[in-house]
Amino acid sequence: MSTQVSVAKHKVEQVETVTIRFVGDSGDGMQLTGTEFTRASALAGNDLATFPDYPAEIRAPAGSLAGVSGYQVNFGSREIHTPGDAPDVLVAMNPAALKTNLADLKPGGMLLVNVGAFTPGNLEKAGYKTNPLEDAALKQSYKIFPVDMNKLTEMALAGSGLSSKEVARCKNYFALGLMYWLYSRPIEAQLESIQRKFAKKPEFAAANAAVFKAGHAYGETSEVFFQRYEVPKSKLAPGTYRSVTGNFATALGFATVARLTGRQVFLGSYPITPATEILQEMSYFKEHGVVTYQAEDEIAGIGSAIGAAFGGALACTTTSGPGLALKTEMMGLAVITELPLVVVNVQRGGPSTGMPTKTEQADLLMALFGRHGEAPMPVIAAQSPADCFWAAIEAMKIATKWMTPVLLLTDGYLGNGSEPFKIPSLDELPKLKVSYQTSPNYADGTQYMPYLRDDKLVRPWAIPGTPGLEHRVGGLEKDSLSGMVSYDGMNHERMVKTRAQKIRNVVEDVPDVETFGAASGDLLLVSWGGTFGAVRGAAEELQARGKAVGHVHLRWLNPLPKNLGEVLKGFKKVFVPEVNDGQLAFYLRGKFPGVDPLQFNRINGKPIKISELVGKVLEVL
Amino acid sequence: MSTTNTTVNTALPTYTKKDFESGVDPRWCPGCGDYSIINQVQRALPAVGVKRENIVFISGIGCSSRFPYYMNNYGMHTLHGRAPSFASGLKVSRPELQVWIVTGDGDALAIGGNHFIHAMRRNLDLKMLLFNNRIYGLTKGQVSPTSELGKKTKTTPHGSPDYPFNPPALALGSGATFVARTVDVEGAHMGAVIKAAAEHKGSTLVEIFQNCPVFNDGAYDFLTDKAVKADALLRMEQGKPLLFGKDSKKGIRFNPQSAELEVVTLGEDGVTEKDILVHDAKREDPTIAFMLANLSTRPGFPTPIGVFRDVSLPTCEELTWKLIDGAKAKKPDASLEKLLDGGDTWTIG
Repeated sequence: MSTQVSVAKHKVEQVETVTIRFVGDSGDGMQLTGTEFTRASALAGNDLATFPDYPAEIRAPAGSLAGVSGYQVNFGSREIHTPGDAPDVLVAMNPAALKTNLADLKPGGMLLVNVGAFTPGNLEKAGYKTNPLEDAALKQSYKIFPVDMNKLTEMALAGSGLSSKEVARCKNYFALGLMYWLYSRPIEAQLESIQRKFAKKPEFAAANAAVFKAGHAYGETSEVFFQRYEVPKSKLAPGTYRSVTGNFATALGFATVARLTGRQVFLGSYPITPATEILQEMSYFKEHGVVTYQAEDEIAGIGSAIGAAFGGALACTTTSGPGLALKTEMMGLAVITELPLVVVNVQRGGPSTGMPTKTEQADLLMALFGRHGEAPMPVIAAQSPADCFWAAIEAMKIATKWMTPVLLLTDGYLGNGSEPFKIPSLDELPKLKVSYQTSPNYADGTQYMPYLRDDKLVRPWAIPGTPGLEHRVGGLEKDSLSGMVSYDGMNHERMVKTRAQKIRNVVEDVPDVETFGAASGDLLLVSWGGTFGAVRGAAEELQARGKAVGHVHLRWLNPLPKNLGEVLKGFKKVFVPEVNDGQLAFYLRGKFPGVDPLQFNRINGKPIKISELVGKVLEVL
Repeated sequence: MSTTNTTVNTALPTYTKKDFESGVDPRWCPGCGDYSIINQVQRALPAVGVKRENIVFISGIGCSSRFPYYMNNYGMHTLHGRAPSFASGLKVSRPELQVWIVTGDGDALAIGGNHFIHAMRRNLDLKMLLFNNRIYGLTKGQVSPTSELGKKTKTTPHGSPDYPFNPPALALGSGATFVARTVDVEGAHMGAVIKAAAEHKGSTLVEIFQNCPVFNDGAYDFLTDKAVKADALLRMEQGKPLLFGKDSKKGIRFNPQSAELEVVTLGEDGVTEKDILVHDAKREDPTIAFMLANLSTRPGFPTPIGVFRDVSLPTCEELTWKLIDGAKAKKPDASLEKLLDGGDTWTIG
């Protein structure tokens, strides 16, 4: 290396938003690199959203197309709704990563390539006959920055004593260091993070820190880059923030319920992608009153939760599509026994095992109707990663207030994606009160009638350990008062109708929808769940172009908000974009005769892009 | 943070059998063994020293599983095969409750096989009463997982090609800490076993041979008929030699050469009482208990009743709450503010 150090003064350009995608082998540490860069962006005060995208295989063969793992982050000084349509920067760690992701890169975008991995073997595995980096068309379309990260990492670690395999594993920190330099991030917090992460293995801490600094210094000295970028702080509402994934936020919401009520929150669950993290995270919340139980299967997961609910716990179970299918019989039991329970379904690509690591919103109809017999349940959907916190609290509040199981829908995109979460002050949290029946409730003053309802049709909750209120619940139809088994046909009809009316009564806790934009116009976008960001982004863009387009987002799928029918009538066209084949559209057609929504459906395992949605709306306007 | 503070610590009322009757008339077939079982349970409970409101009966589906409706405790009649999952959640959540599971051979071992083995291996303090009539009664007479090989039923008109489960052996293999067997017609024996089960702390299986007079009448006549009973039943008693037969002349010996149990006769081939295996359900190693549980499957051997295994190990719920209490002790200042504020934060404005 030359002793003459260039001290080029780089131009610094301010940009409003940037989308970066890191892609490499599933063993390359791309998820970690993405997460760490996201953290740096959060600490720099940007608003952001992320989208991790990884294969179902834990380790597909190195260098193969199937093994590519990616992490996209969109950060900016203005409000960020989605992880970004197309990356401005693609960091590709090998040819397979380039091949599978290049098409997404914005025209003229920056392509940072680890040329050290562009060996004949890796090119062949990726199906390249020639080196794509030498392709003239590619050079014209993008700003290509070839960097031999393998070699530079080796040089940074010469004499470290690490094996060549261990050295190779550090190269993601080179990429990270370089991106820190490019986006003018202070490096101190990152160096501290490396020390913390590898506290038990100081040799790896030293190595990764050295490689990270080498990547940073490379940007400064190599004269490859002519400018750096700065993304100013966003204008997020004042407050203290932390970055959360949807799954973590769900877990945090449940733990908050335990603190707010002083009651035990019980999670009975079984691991399944992409819901597993909720169980993992809640296992760390023991000191807050959370009890976790890893059951032997999905059925036992919900069974244990219903058992705990019978015992007075605030019970929940977490799962994803196939697991929800297994839980359906149990949900029916929770419906007929009228015990509070929250069932979280982190939706993924189906049917069957489908695409377990890819996102989908295709369990809506199962959530609404997927039980035998007449078994209505409230259904709520979270709209963003941070919103999972609020949705979990709301679901538990509804379950205990109305003595019913509640389905909470999130999805892989929300569960794995992250965004800033404004930490609420204690008075911003809802008031939750949980109480149990402790004395006879029947007119004779001595008996307890488990199905004697209040004016909202809610039955009391007496729990074991309470003297004098001994009673039995179960799956057989209940007598409408005593709860004893009843085969009387008229009683059954009365009970079916009463249970349905009780769930309809929940509408008193469902806020009216508010239309984003004018209350009437040419077209109303209607969304639910994780597509909130993309649809809101599209609505903003369409409105900015002067189009009479409104947006309504449904948090509540059952019961639907009282004013929804009126709102739908205010627009000439209703347009429903979904990451499924049209389930909400189908539901709305049934609920509101005369409304026939236009549809936009994406079922390719990827979230909807703002730009493609804008294009579709413009076509039909 | 406890779930409830409704449990008041007062002296135990003096209960009689009647206190455990719900007043609902059982709807079992005349002559069903279930009547004898509920009778013994209701007789045993006043003596186990637990308040009625702290006792919960949880059942699955099947004739046996109507049981909770006839008891005056807290109860759940749940789903086919799944009773152990409800019971497990309740017990982990509320360790102070005494939780019973009432199940049948189809419920526990077919559809519920997975939950059965996991309830046993975790050593949750759950007391399972498995009514084994070797037939599906509620669906009117199909083969069950304990039906004998070759059994002719409505779904096996040419004889069952399936080998049966042996519930005590399965429970022992799954790690149950209390495993016993009794018979519906042996009232006093059953009462004593149920009381021992109530007093045990840990995963408990009581297999109860139970006659189904409608679909499998006489299933246990080979054991219970007066003429054969003495030679067919081996009554295991703690600390006593395993003797059976008329005048207690037959016994079980452990043969170290073959590493098997064998039947010997006192006075023959120089066999004396000293050669007879002394029953010890407290052995932590379940090997001998497992050999005893399997005796009944071998021709020429008696069927043991009584307690196969009764060992004390920390229960799953105790270990769970130890971890929770440990986490609380480590973070005595844990609060809602700390919960929400954890991790890297940044401030705007």
